[in-house]
Amino acid sequence: MELIREEESALKGEQGEIMQMAYRILVATGEATDAEKLIPIEWAHLSGVNYNTIGDAGEEFLSSISKDARVTVKTTLNPMGFDIDNVSNYKLDENFISKQLSIRNSYETMGVIPSFSCIPYEIFDIPKNGTQVAFAESNAAIHANSYDNLKTNKESAFSALASAIIGKSPYSSLRKEDTPNITIQMKIKNPNELTYGMLGFYAGKVGDTSVNISGLGEMDQRQCKAMCGGMGTSGTCAKFIFGEGDSNTEKIDFDEKEMQTVHDELNTAEKGDLITLGSPQLGLDEISDLTAKLKGRSFQKRCMVFLPRTVKEQAQKIGYITELERAGCEILSDCCTCLTPLICKDDVDAVTTNSIKGAFYLKNSNGVDVNLKSLTQIVEDETR
Amino acid sequence: MNKILVSGKVEGTVLKSNDSINFLGTVDKKTGIISDKNHSLFEKVIKNTILVFPTGIGSSVGAYTIYSIKSNNTAPLAMICKKADLTVATGCALANIPLITISDEEFLSIKTGMKILLDTDSSTLIDYQ
Repeated sequence: MELIREEESALKGEQGEIMQMAYRILVATGEATDAEKLIPIEWAHLSGVNYNTIGDAGEEFLSSISKDARVTVKTTLNPMGFDIDNVSNYKLDENFISKQLSIRNSYETMGVIPSFSCIPYEIFDIPKNGTQVAFAESNAAIHANSYDNLKTNKESAFSALASAIIGKSPYSSLRKEDTPNITIQMKIKNPNELTYGMLGFYAGKVGDTSVNISGLGEMDQRQCKAMCGGMGTSGTCAKFIFGEGDSNTEKIDFDEKEMQTVHDELNTAEKGDLITLGSPQLGLDEISDLTAKLKGRSFQKRCMVFLPRTVKEQAQKIGYITELERAGCEILSDCCTCLTPLICKDDVDAVTTNSIKGAFYLKNSNGVDVNLKSLTQIVEDETR
Repeated sequence: MNKILVSGKVEGTVLKSNDSINFLGTVDKKTGIISDKNHSLFEKVIKNTILVFPTGIGSSVGAYTIYSIKSNNTAPLAMICKKADLTVATGCALANIPLITISDEEFLSIKTGMKILLDTDSSTLIDYQ
């Protein structure tokens, strides 16, 4: 990778330890992705926020660098472990809460906007077509590249943080023109969001950096997010290109058999003790739709609903939150199903969800069984 | 293709996986044991090995897991991949764990239990002992 003189000097440590570390990360990243140079970015979105995932190592690291490190471009960040408004309703120990608040404080000290959301593409204005960004959250990177006409690599927590500090990112991979060598032909009729989540999960397994997808009809925001979430969970792929691709691409079907394989991998229970909605977090449209679906009905078991704080505030004004709480929903902002510390296998055997991303992490990280159902099915089976 | 992502020199025993690794949710940070039942290295200890695997997959937060296992002294001595991904590259850069990529042919020939010397200053990179 070619560095300009100022970048070389920073890599040697002539602009301080923080800049040296940030450049070391970007150089490793650039070498990994065959970048020839660094280019300016306008927006960074960070992962590595939840104490449940970054642990003491992450907390100490952030606390230490926040003394000197400052972000130099617009920087937003992923969910943390809980919603401070109702954390006392859950069995979280004091240590978790204080460490999480320390992480929050470190990011705010560095100048990060405290969005605590995995759906930045839904709660912030999208910059003009072709804008270079650095999104670490996998579903957001895929959404940005595939639906929002932005350009990002699938960043790591560190490369996004380094990019936020330097304001540059390696010019590589998905920032350039890319031609996928695989086309997935969607064959399932009448798909719901669960189907799209499984399609994404399958695509992430067979694809490399990007895949063509053909045979898709009109998709709503819930289905788009489900597909991005599924794909981000299973592989390194970070872009869908909608269409057949050229005649040289390998064609692979996504039909009943392929869907069943994904379903069997992630669905390990016939029913759940509680329900979670949101991974990725729900946006205002989904909250509005959920409120309509629950009209005159109530959940017969616990249902946790995850959404960004800004969406919660909007939904509160419109009256959706009152209605959802009446129907038995627990409303949680700033956090998400994915890697939540609020679901513990000591109390819960199995969770019902419509999220493929949520299912993967509930199973592998929380160690609980998962019962997959579409939202429509959840409302039908679990409410009266 | 040979690339040096993070430089260094270490000697150790290979633990090889033909499955990709999602560091988040697959590795127990305290023990360095692979905890995903569906993974071919299930119950194997990665601590102090030279971990050879095709590539890293899954959430980018996995980079912190690499930093974390290094802090917990449960990390591999070095990692060798066929294809470098951003999560593993940056995790190793921060944790200062040597990381290189090797060709498909060399990946095929390297086996669990082999004793190797990895030296990024040497032109051969890997010395089989």
